[in-house]
Amino acid sequence: MSKITLKVNGRAQTLDVDPSTPLLYILRNDLDLQGPRFGCGLGQCGACTVIMNGAAVRSCITPCSAVKGEITTLEGLAREGNLHPVQRAWIDEQVPQCGFCQNGQIMTAKVLLDRNPNPTDAQIREGMVGVLCRCMTYYRVQAAIKRAAASMATGTASGKGRLRAQDGRPASAGQGDIA
Amino acid sequence: MTTFTNNSQDPRSAKASAERQADDVPTRVEEFLEQWHGTISRRNFIKGSGLLVVGFSAAAAAGPLATDASAQTAGPYPDPNFRQLDSWIVIHENNTATFYVGKTDCGQGTGTAFRQMMADELDIAYDKTSCIMGSTDITVDQGGSGASDAIQTDGWPMRRVAAEARRVLLEMASARFAVPVDQLAVSEGVITVKADPSRSVTYGQLIGGKRFNIALTGNNIDATTGQAKVKPVQDLKIVGRSPQRYDIPAKVDGSLKWAVDVKLPGMVHARNVKPPVAGAKVISIDESSVRGIPGFIRVVSKGNYVAVVCEREEQAIKASRQLKVEWQKPSTPSFPASEDLFTYVRGATPTSSQRPNVVGNPDAALAGAAKIIEVEYDVPFQGHTAFGPAHATADPSNGQMTIYSNDMKSYGMRAGVAAFLGMPREQVRVVWMEGPQGYGRTAADDAGFEAAFLAKEIGRPVRVQWMRHEETAWDTKGPAFTFKMRGGLDADGNLIALDYNARAADYCHLGYNEAETVLIAQLMGTRRSTPASGSAATPSDMYAIPNKRTATQVVSLPLVWETPLRTGNLRDPNGPQVTFAAESFIDEMAAAAKADPVEFRMRLLTAASTDDSGFKRARSIAVVKAVAEAYGWDTRPSPGSQGAGTILTGRGLAYSYRNQTVVAQIAEVEVNRRTGHVWVKRLVCAHDCGLVINPEALRRTIEGGMLHSLSRALHEEVRFDTEKVTSVDWISHPTLTHADTPARIDVVLVNGDPHPDRSDLPPYGAGETACKPLIAAVANAIYDATGVRLRRVPFRDGRVLAALKAARVYQ
Repeated sequence: MSKITLKVNGRAQTLDVDPSTPLLYILRNDLDLQGPRFGCGLGQCGACTVIMNGAAVRSCITPCSAVKGEITTLEGLAREGNLHPVQRAWIDEQVPQCGFCQNGQIMTAKVLLDRNPNPTDAQIREGMVGVLCRCMTYYRVQAAIKRAAASMATGTASGKGRLRAQDGRPASAGQGDIA
Repeated sequence: MTTFTNNSQDPRSAKASAERQADDVPTRVEEFLEQWHGTISRRNFIKGSGLLVVGFSAAAAAGPLATDASAQTAGPYPDPNFRQLDSWIVIHENNTATFYVGKTDCGQGTGTAFRQMMADELDIAYDKTSCIMGSTDITVDQGGSGASDAIQTDGWPMRRVAAEARRVLLEMASARFAVPVDQLAVSEGVITVKADPSRSVTYGQLIGGKRFNIALTGNNIDATTGQAKVKPVQDLKIVGRSPQRYDIPAKVDGSLKWAVDVKLPGMVHARNVKPPVAGAKVISIDESSVRGIPGFIRVVSKGNYVAVVCEREEQAIKASRQLKVEWQKPSTPSFPASEDLFTYVRGATPTSSQRPNVVGNPDAALAGAAKIIEVEYDVPFQGHTAFGPAHATADPSNGQMTIYSNDMKSYGMRAGVAAFLGMPREQVRVVWMEGPQGYGRTAADDAGFEAAFLAKEIGRPVRVQWMRHEETAWDTKGPAFTFKMRGGLDADGNLIALDYNARAADYCHLGYNEAETVLIAQLMGTRRSTPASGSAATPSDMYAIPNKRTATQVVSLPLVWETPLRTGNLRDPNGPQVTFAAESFIDEMAAAAKADPVEFRMRLLTAASTDDSGFKRARSIAVVKAVAEAYGWDTRPSPGSQGAGTILTGRGLAYSYRNQTVVAQIAEVEVNRRTGHVWVKRLVCAHDCGLVINPEALRRTIEGGMLHSLSRALHEEVRFDTEKVTSVDWISHPTLTHADTPARIDVVLVNGDPHPDRSDLPPYGAGETACKPLIAAVANAIYDATGVRLRRVPFRDGRVLAALKAARVYQ
């Protein structure tokens, strides 16, 4: 066991843990965060993704002793009570089915857009290819990334916009958002 | 470690419940917290308001209005009485309503649909409602989820009890105003005297915080009803619209507590140590091999079930890898290797054979046919491979057993665990929480039983989670099938005979949460002796074929129990396999007749002149027409003409139904003739499930179902040698990825709005039907593009390339 200080979502915390412990278990079990989740423990699926130094990192295969710099989890994306535009796009697009993988989808998409604010369809596919979803929400994830990119470019992100059909037409009468 | 610190040890009453005001109208995140905290805050609210009611029997007190919250969370947990209106609906003083339903959600947003249906019948605004699902102590037993029946079956009692609540409230207002009910108007939870709108009262003012005390009738829960009738479809205002799913914000901002997130005081972590090969027996366990691991508590074993328990999660993982166990391997192969599976299945003696269903004289018709096609199709075992492995937390406090689980059939888990542990049902409860997609996997849940067993052994709350290799290798599998089909055309190209034979490796098919067949019972040696017979299945279509035989058999693999090749219900259990064969074959017959695949099917659909009671034949015709129109189908036989380029394109159609829901799908593919890679560029689905509750949520469910089947079409296959499954992770068991995603998906909801000519068409189960036709649609599209027929799933690059080379399409 040894003392390790982690800065997560803006708060520094010192823990006494085995330094080989994967970051995922520290975040979940010691810091009580629930955005990153265990999916494979092998770095293959993306469920455990966090952002470290601007990169999407698989916390299930990152020993906590290897952590350098600040960590952001899904819980840390919102600013002053406002969801990140990527999160808002996810709600507007109604992306999740079960939602278990969406931490990885959202965190990876956030980093993708940080690095490339206007990605092409091919760049989105390439950038997201390692993030798996067994409800197969990929089509809506990709639509939400484009929606987020557009809203971030214009600064007109809508938190509660009407649902739209995939081709961009407004949902037909009687099918609108009444939430 | 941060823990839930409330006295009752119930994580639903974590700190936010204290912060949350009972009279907040939930929206977004807060709305979902109502699901998490609502019952507790409700209980506290009841207590605080002095409405404690004494003298109820335990059974009457169970359910959402149980008056002694601490007693209820401490157990025992009698069944809520479905014949009491109070078990289903609570009206709050702030004129909001909470619905308590016995269902769970696998990610399709059914809770939102329940709220829509019940709010509509109750005449209350959708956003003044919340919904609590699937916890056995506070919601009536509607069986949890499965079989796409949430709306079709369970929606009816929900609607009827909500209508009954509205009726009772109108009676109360009638008494208050001394005005007959028919002179009252009700809108959004406010009842007004029509002649004097200044006289009005809210539901909350009438009954907020009080019991209805209204008895319901019905021989079973599906038949539950009061005196009121549900509204005609034309009067529904919320059904048919698309409120956003209330569960999504908390899934997007990280605030949702999932079943994996449960933490309890004193909780410890367990991991299983699975047999290294199927059927292996424990000879000895060397506990000293892990005793030095910090936090180590115990090795728990019984028979061939072995688990390690440690204080911390990473310690348990380490111990599970480090524990030395001596195993004895079986002396004979447990199963054929996966590459030999279909040879084995064809040659095996069936464990059961259904009597063939025969129409006309297929043998004579085939003997006289102008053209006969005879082919075989193969579908391998395909896993559930849930995105998150099996998990549960069990709490043995107070001599009871509470299991926090994402089991889609939480009520079945309660009964199963009670039987497994030999505890009275009333001492066991299952608190349902969200989890990774189930699609049948959590109906044969393992971790809940394991957590309960370990919690009883250890005497502390235990959290169990499987590792990825366990889940992928040992989860339940969709059965492998092999099909033998013969068809005959007359000289005019009409399909005059069809001979269908399906054989499934489905012996010892697992039931739902059965104490005697769940994996831990098998490994411990407490399983029952008789395996379930399993089933194959026959196609679901409305084709008029004058001479037809359908036959099915089930075969067993050599190892029946304690095997990772154990079959269970995977999202329309046999539909994707059977429809792959049936709808591929119809396409083959169309090609043999040099007929357009849509026209060929339309001939078979229109050949009979009578409709059945659910308009299924007419709706089949409408759906096939709708999908062709939405795609922009050009009429021609398959295959199309191949260009000279590397990429060949084609389109394929398939159609099927499940119960009364009818679906037709078209896949447009690009096949790379040099690599064998298939990209499904576009998908179109026409779907008719009767009345649609939430069109936008339905579209996404259909998209997900189609892409799940696309994953099964292109990637998924459980591989094994003769002693173990070798598909153990996402490398050895690939799945669909972002790179495979179609560029465009169009979903046409054929009955998306109430149809004027059949306004009473009820809602039918929508989800699983969407999974059925897609594998065939892709195979038919590949044929259209290349002229090469793929009869073996999945269509991985290597298999497609080999077929292209064999047919000299490779360039």
